[in-house]
Amino acid sequence: MAVPILKQGDVLIASIQSALTDVDLVSLRDALVNRVSSYRTRGVIVDVTALDVLDSFASRTLRDLAHMIRLRGATTVIVGIQPDVAFAMVQLGLTLEDIVTALDLEEGLAFLSVRPKQ
Amino acid sequence: MNTAADNVEVRVQISRVEDVVQARQHGRALATDIGFSASEATLIAAAISELARNIVKYAGRGEIVLRCEGDGTLRMIARDDGPGIPDTQAALRPGYSTSGGLGLGLPGVRRISDYFEIVSTAKGTTVTLEKWKR
Repeated sequence: MAVPILKQGDVLIASIQSALTDVDLVSLRDALVNRVSSYRTRGVIVDVTALDVLDSFASRTLRDLAHMIRLRGATTVIVGIQPDVAFAMVQLGLTLEDIVTALDLEEGLAFLSVRPKQ
Repeated sequence: MNTAADNVEVRVQISRVEDVVQARQHGRALATDIGFSASEATLIAAAISELARNIVKYAGRGEIVLRCEGDGTLRMIARDDGPGIPDTQAALRPGYSTSGGLGLGLPGVRRISDYFEIVSTAKGTTVTLEKWKR
């Protein structure tokens, strides 16, 4: 299931609509890393509100995504991690360490708008 | 107190990445049915996701059995007849991985389990875990 990627100004927004398979997650990572250059992107927001679970593979893929995009010169914000998902991640010992997170899409956009280009 | 979900058993055949999603969604639904909180149900779904992924990745195919024992216990059994885990003790150590992963899957699952058992031979692997309703 492909995740729609929207462009708003110099920000790309990937809005996950439903549970994703491991293959879907990797496709999303690759699509975003590729589009950063073609759209002169400064920031990327991945909205995971609809994700039912963030397990070890999903956590790792989101971290990889953010690191790759940073290497491409843009900033990633993960938004919308649900309270129950956060609870489970902590219990399982999963982290997003140095990745920027925000409560929701609005907060994510606010973060990127005040941030000078890296 | 008995509920309609007591002694229910759900079997999910695992061979594709889509089945991993199916298995964890069944697990969440069953956990919710027997009265686990939404947080606990998410944790259970995440644990099932790890076990199901391991089946796809290391064995190719297998099954997940989810069983409500009637006393507030949800028992989850992940079974495959793959090549087995050469060193189960190492596989339970955080950071150990033979696949280039982070090695956080199985150790995390064990950490959150009220009961955890892993039996692995050259003929296959069975992981059994339980979550008890508090």
